[in-house]
Amino acid sequence: MSDRGHLKKTAHLAEVPASWESGPRGARPRRLLSTRTIVVYGTLFVAAAYYLLPLYVMIVTSLKGMPEIRLGNIFSPPLEITFEPWVKAWSSACTGLNCDGLSRGFWNSVMITVPSTAISIAIASINGYALSNWRFKGADIFFTILIVGAFIPYQVMLYPIVIVLREIGLYGSLSGLVIVHTIFGMPILTLLFRNYFAGLPEELFKAARVDGAGFWGIYLKIMVPMSLPIFVVAMILQVTGIWNDFLFGVVFTRPEYYPMTVQLNNIVNSVQGVKEYNVNMAATILTGAVPLLVYFVSGRLFVRGIAAGAVKG
Amino acid sequence: MTSVSVKDLRLSFGQVTVLDQLNLDIQEGEFLVLLGSSGCGKSTLLNCIAGLLDITDGQIFINGRNVTWDEPKDRGIGMVFQSYALYPQMTVEKNLSFGLKVAKMPQGEIDKRVARAAEILQIGPLLKRKPSELSGGQRQRVAIGRALVRDVDVFLFDEPLSNLDAKLRSELRVEIKRLHQSLKNTMIYVTHDQIEALTLADRIAIMKGGVIQQLADPNTIYNAPKNMFVAGFIGSPSMNFLRGEIAADAAGRPAVVAGGVTFSLDGYHAGETLVPGRKVVLGVRPEHVKVDEPGGTGEVHEATVDIEEPMGADNLLWLKHAGHTMAVRTAGSRRFSPGTRVRLTFDMTLASLFDAESEERI
Ligand SMILES: Nc1ncnc2c1ncn2[C@@H]1O[C@H](COP(=O)(O)OP(=O)(O)OP(=O)(O)O)[C@@H](O)[C@H]1O
Ligand SMILES: [Mg+2]
Repeated sequence: MSDRGHLKKTAHLAEVPASWESGPRGARPRRLLSTRTIVVYGTLFVAAAYYLLPLYVMIVTSLKGMPEIRLGNIFSPPLEITFEPWVKAWSSACTGLNCDGLSRGFWNSVMITVPSTAISIAIASINGYALSNWRFKGADIFFTILIVGAFIPYQVMLYPIVIVLREIGLYGSLSGLVIVHTIFGMPILTLLFRNYFAGLPEELFKAARVDGAGFWGIYLKIMVPMSLPIFVVAMILQVTGIWNDFLFGVVFTRPEYYPMTVQLNNIVNSVQGVKEYNVNMAATILTGAVPLLVYFVSGRLFVRGIAAGAVKG
Repeated sequence: MTSVSVKDLRLSFGQVTVLDQLNLDIQEGEFLVLLGSSGCGKSTLLNCIAGLLDITDGQIFINGRNVTWDEPKDRGIGMVFQSYALYPQMTVEKNLSFGLKVAKMPQGEIDKRVARAAEILQIGPLLKRKPSELSGGQRQRVAIGRALVRDVDVFLFDEPLSNLDAKLRSELRVEIKRLHQSLKNTMIYVTHDQIEALTLADRIAIMKGGVIQQLADPNTIYNAPKNMFVAGFIGSPSMNFLRGEIAADAAGRPAVVAGGVTFSLDGYHAGETLVPGRKVVLGVRPEHVKVDEPGGTGEVHEATVDIEEPMGADNLLWLKHAGHTMAVRTAGSRRFSPGTRVRLTFDMTLASLFDAESEERI
């Protein structure tokens, strides 16, 4: 009906009412200060301030000398900027037994995080690929066991794992901790990869098989190049998770292998001497810098990967 | 010589049996179309032949070799998928050469084959592009090229044209036919489009519920369908079905009485004797009814035009005739207004007669 009416109007331009020409046209105008924009931006501002204020306090405190901190104005910017606390936190703060700062913990954490992340992602992606594409006998049972594993609280498994590691002679070593991180990352990562691969078109996999590619050929040449976003997601999950880990680091390693988080705790909670707030703040920022950097560098890919996973189920 | 031979094939997904006791022999160089509605097991059968599904029971032979346990790459087949299934991160050239590289073929031979496929399919200028930079028709051409470079004996197509728009579909249909004529490979082609089936096939296998209903050349399928499912599936609009029973006409010859009117079966070749009183269904294609024309074998029937659907080349009439609605095709130049009384004659040599119970052709 409306179509016909419209045709008539264009056919007899003379009958067009005057309002047709003066009426709304083009993009709808937006008022700059509507209630909606105020509410939206207000909420965003409050949320941003809530997260940024502590960070601000930490940064300014870490740049002040101790006398200035004792004045008590925690929000005021430093009168005299000093990097002394940062240097001390990195290279000479006392962490329990020795006094060579966080640097030792940093390198320990790197040596824990890099292999744990790489190994767990490599294994989990192959698991997920096999589970979603090759549907071997018992695949469903295997997957169910893996998922159940994801829901068992860590605390329950701590002591048994200590015993297992002791029996195989890896207790207290870096490689023991790497193994623990790899195993604990497995359920969630496998789930992540399985769902992503299951969302890729099945015919692609079939075409590759007809083309003669085998298990590894399809994985390396077809699946991996198509799945960059999900690898980035997995990497972010693992790097931040492992870097921020405290519990496993304390339980499974000796003091000389303590990761950065454990050393940070030892610096901040040391009972001897005065509390050096500026050094503590600098040490905290240094410890948090790596996950922060990972977010900044790959945050965009992270969002895209999560979104892709959501759409493709 | 048989090119592909399927013997007593059975395929079950757990409890569900999709194909059972399926036998199929395809001659060398033959173009066989698997036609059927959605979910009847066409893709499943094709995947079994390709080796992409592990069959539950039976055997598959390709070129006289038992390939039942062979990997897809060792069966001498190339496959084209509905969704193109091009590797998105590779250029067209890489897509074409991937299978050859996997087979560790010398680079010179690879280049030669890619160049030949690109020439046949006219995709030479696209070789450096990624699949995302191609149109649907170009993508499908590349997908066909991927099967072409492997220089196989048997091509398998799984609804290769159904993602394309109508115009492209008919263009590529012609190209596939031309390809078959020049390559003379065996081709097995899955579709649910009956026009594709009728135009391309040497033989059509019509499937329903995992069972091949009829396997014959397009002409036989169209004019002598083996049962009512095949008759109703092929042809648009569908064949007119008139339910009635066998009787004798005025001259004592067999006839069908449906809706109170008599259709003499003069000229119909029945495969068995027609016992009076048997419940039957008379099938008449819309184009086998003559409207207001002299000629025809049987008696003249009266009908009323209900709706007229002009389609350009021809004009489709929906008639009210002795209690049923009947579709009749006439020349596009002839027009009828609704309510007109028309006189129909039927060509019984082209009609089909089915048993009302078993729905099989008589
Ligand atoms: N992996 C599977 N597990 C269980 N059932 C399946 C599986 N794949 C297919 N089926 C079933 O097998 C039957 C045949 O499927 P198939 O894909 O062969 O149909 P088709 O004839 O190709 O249909 P379409 O025209 O829609 O592609 C369907 O009923 C389908 O539900
Ligand atoms: Mg299908």
